[in-house]
Amino acid sequence: MANIEQLQAISSQMRRDVLRMVHAVKSGHPGGSLGCADFLAALYFHIMKHNPSFDMDAKEEDVFFLSNGHISPVFYSALARSGYFEVSELSTFRKLNSRLQGHPATAEHLPGIRMASGSLGQGVSVAAGAALAKKLNGDTNLVYVLMGDGEIQEGQNWEAFMFATHHKVDNLIVTIDFNGQQIDGSTQKVMGIGADIEDKMKAFGWKVLHMDGHNFESILATMEEAKNATGKGQPIFIMMKTEMGYPVDFMMGSHKWHGVSPNDAELANALSQLPETLGDY
Amino acid sequence: MKTFEIQNIKDTRSGFGEGLHELGKQNERVVALCADLIGSLKMDAFIKDNPNRFFQVGIAEANMMGVAAGLTIGGHIPFTGTFANFSTGRVYDQIRQSIAYSNKNVKICASHAGLTLGEDGATHQILEDIGLMKMLPNMVVINPCDFNQTKAATMAIADYEGPVYLRFGRPAVPNFTPVDQNFEIGKALMLNEGTDVSIFATGHLVWKAIEAGHILAEKGINAEIINIHTIKPLDATAILASVAKTGCAVTAEEHQMNGGLGDSICQLLALNNPTPLEMVAVNDSFGESGTPDQLMEKYGLTADAIVEKALKAIARKK
Repeated sequence: MANIEQLQAISSQMRRDVLRMVHAVKSGHPGGSLGCADFLAALYFHIMKHNPSFDMDAKEEDVFFLSNGHISPVFYSALARSGYFEVSELSTFRKLNSRLQGHPATAEHLPGIRMASGSLGQGVSVAAGAALAKKLNGDTNLVYVLMGDGEIQEGQNWEAFMFATHHKVDNLIVTIDFNGQQIDGSTQKVMGIGADIEDKMKAFGWKVLHMDGHNFESILATMEEAKNATGKGQPIFIMMKTEMGYPVDFMMGSHKWHGVSPNDAELANALSQLPETLGDY
Repeated sequence: MKTFEIQNIKDTRSGFGEGLHELGKQNERVVALCADLIGSLKMDAFIKDNPNRFFQVGIAEANMMGVAAGLTIGGHIPFTGTFANFSTGRVYDQIRQSIAYSNKNVKICASHAGLTLGEDGATHQILEDIGLMKMLPNMVVINPCDFNQTKAATMAIADYEGPVYLRFGRPAVPNFTPVDQNFEIGKALMLNEGTDVSIFATGHLVWKAIEAGHILAEKGINAEIINIHTIKPLDATAILASVAKTGCAVTAEEHQMNGGLGDSICQLLALNNPTPLEMVAVNDSFGESGTPDQLMEKYGLTADAIVEKALKAIARKK
């Protein structure tokens, strides 16, 4: 289990992976990937009990679903860096015949992927099903989901939120990447998802927690609190404050880097802000 | 022309309900979900015996498909139940991404397909579902013809690993296939061997094809009648062998011409053995309110329509 200093090193390397991957194919989604690197580093190197030898049925281990599949670069980096496949395979991202599809897919049998995602709004439903399967199997491990904040505009999420409460899916921890940005601008400008998301989720019967997605103390403490809150009849929703593009200075503070790759100079500038800690792939 | 004894008149959805109930006893991995239509889908018996393996999702079909996909992770075999319209068109992207593309072992069980749903009208009478589902890679598409066959198909799909669309209906129709038959996915069933025309029928139109066969026999025409209960994968071998013998074909289904069984067989024949073919299907139209019999008559899905198309197909033979 990695400590905070190690997690910082890992997430720095994951961010380098993200930028190099999207730069190499001149496509992909760096903004949200950078913003969620700390969370995924914490999840795969500290929080989850998981087995990189990979079993689709995930018996006796925790399960993670990425609902906002477009941040696949950081997901692939977390999987490779935690041993699901060779880090050298990251260089195949978005290329023909690669297992690392633009959005996560099971069709190419990449270890660590249990469900395709990309068309938004489906991850919470899937995770609720997987969580119920764990209950049926008497498996006390947990199911984690990461979703985007713009994604909450998809109606299926609200069906899933209702369902999880009704069926007391209390082995489910959903984290929302609250960066306030989506493709066409700020979430409040595009389609006000409301500063009152917390009230909405509470009204839907969820236990709501908050954390700073760029502070490992906050992430680890909040996730521990979330784990302790499982098994008590309520699903858990964590509002994770992040900054799209973090911590690259010219990428933060706007939606511009949602789905745009850096050019050569921008890549060099971004990498100079992120120490190479584990060796580039 | 062979005669078939009608054992009773029953709805195919009750065959599904009975098959699911039986599966509940035989296979611990089978779980079921329903979107507020337990009675319509005849799921009560399964639920009574297996309350812990049933999940009511309410009127939220998109979520139902996602939850079903998730339930497969851990080894369960989810059967979803709602009307055919809400099992396909309403949730196409959920099925496409979370079930078909992800290749999950979900059985999408769809009742009230086609015109014979009746009085509720076109909002509920989906005639496009076979096309929607057969276009998805990995998806198997099955449309059994009577109660016994629907029960057998329901039980058979639990033993198949992968996504399946199982389509059945609301009205009581002649139940004539063997009780406790062995259902083999993708295997066309020869009902009557003939030499003059091949009639390929699916679902409720299979019985009408048999009726048509008797009318044709009176006219001295020896029709070959084949039950295509599995539209995908299509039994190409059986179909090509039949038309090689008869030289012409009629397809019959309670579905749009576009995207249905006839469309699949046209493609097969055009690529392998171009053959005169006529289609009994709904021609680019929505349905409407009415009794099932009135609707089948108005939209031309009758034994007489099959006879007329058979004569036309035969006349087109060189």
